[in-house]
Amino acid sequence: MSHKAFWFALAFLVLVVASFASLDLQWGQFLSLEAARSMGRFFAEFVPPDLSPVFVSKVAMAAWETLAMSALGTLLAALGGLLLALPKHRFLASAVLNALRSIPELVWAALLLISAGLGPFAGTMALGLHTTGVLGRLFAEAIENAPQGPADALRAQGVGRVQVFFYATWPEVLPQLMSYTLYRWENNIRAAAVLGVVGAGGLGQLLSFHMGLFQMNKTATVLGAMVILVALVDTLSYLWRRALKS
Amino acid sequence: MSSTPQTQHPKLRDPDWTRRWLGFCVFVVLLWPILVATEFKPWILVEPGNLKISGQFLSSFWPLETNAEFLTMVAQGTWRTVAMATVGVVLAMLVACPMALLSCRVLSISALCGRMGWLPFGVRLLVRWVLIVLRSVPELVWALVFVRVVGLGPTAGVLAIALTYGGMLGKVYGEILESSDAHATQNLLRNGGSRMQAFFYALLPSSSSELASYTVYRWECAIRSSVILGFVGAGGLGQQLDNSMKMFNGGEVATILLVFMALVAITERISNWLRSSLS
Repeated sequence: MSHKAFWFALAFLVLVVASFASLDLQWGQFLSLEAARSMGRFFAEFVPPDLSPVFVSKVAMAAWETLAMSALGTLLAALGGLLLALPKHRFLASAVLNALRSIPELVWAALLLISAGLGPFAGTMALGLHTTGVLGRLFAEAIENAPQGPADALRAQGVGRVQVFFYATWPEVLPQLMSYTLYRWENNIRAAAVLGVVGAGGLGQLLSFHMGLFQMNKTATVLGAMVILVALVDTLSYLWRRALKS
Repeated sequence: MSSTPQTQHPKLRDPDWTRRWLGFCVFVVLLWPILVATEFKPWILVEPGNLKISGQFLSSFWPLETNAEFLTMVAQGTWRTVAMATVGVVLAMLVACPMALLSCRVLSISALCGRMGWLPFGVRLLVRWVLIVLRSVPELVWALVFVRVVGLGPTAGVLAIALTYGGMLGKVYGEILESSDAHATQNLLRNGGSRMQAFFYALLPSSSSELASYTVYRWECAIRSSVILGFVGAGGLGQQLDNSMKMFNGGEVATILLVFMALVAITERISNWLRSSLS
């Protein structure tokens, strides 16, 4: 074991040293007084955040769009994931799931912009596709690991497969599926907030727009809205999951 | 033999029927504004104009772009992506370790006897809030900020990963330390061991494999993140993908996507293997 641990440590060190050596990191520039000053100036421009009613209502609309994107994306993914988790022969389904999962939301969004155009629809679809991959795999595992007792009891009575699924397996795995879905929703609200950077709507689009124009007060408001929205969804999902447990 | 209680079936009816239908109606009412807000119009995907563009783009995926020059570039980009993730996670550990130690309740001396003192309590609360802020700003946003300060290049990406992942690692390190068996640690503290000693001789050995395993998992996630950061100019595979996509070069896009999928699959394998041999 210690032999193995030694090789782990060595491989880790080699990877870290090679990584540091090969990237041209500009620490000098970053740690210099000049950089500190420009960083200070940059953050100083954030205050005061733009809290004029017109802008706040615009941000609120974008926040709602982001929330809707994350919710619908997660819902679509839960449905898609369930469909892909059900087939008995896993090979094809799991290949599709792996492909969907390994491409991040932002890349999906960038690809989808070509066929769906700018806007929240592309973002929703992107979230849905990536999350389908993630949830499908988790769902398949949950369904596979469900206790077989009730299902066997029904099968012994000669009940058909569809009914066995809906009356025995489904009630058993539902709490677990819900909690996976809610957990992904927490992830997706974070992802949805930034998808706009490539043009897929919501808070991210507002953020990259105002940051591009160096309107830092407005940027600060958008950032604040993001943090609040993420905290809100985390709380909601936490309460929901707690309610499911009891 | 007990008598069969029921031979004639009354009308078979779902006992939960009303509740199910009510739930469904509420769901539809909630769904409607969401569909409006996301401009959910799937049919625009199959409009002739869009369909033609998508078809052209997709059909240009084949043949894959495989000339030597491009493949060397992709290889370089892949390495940069991995390197950025690795450096980012190492820096994130540097951020997370002190924060986790500061925020962790098990190492509090005043908490040994009843309530924690108010000053240590305040410090712990403050550190937790800093961690929350660090991880609730997505890495892409940190990257946008740092690109303004240090310019385009991997430095911005590395810093972004370091901050967001520092927040995540700090929180989870703290939780792992708190949930580990506190018995040995408290014994040392009660018998006059310093906090450093308690940490190195009791707390760390009992939770080191869990800490390492979570770090490896985060490294796997960081590789995905570092691809995304390429889209805002941090270099690596993401930037190349962005460039190829802007030029509508389907062959290049397909090659990069395949390389990326392979990269993710390989890192997942490595990380699963490492984690299973750690536990």
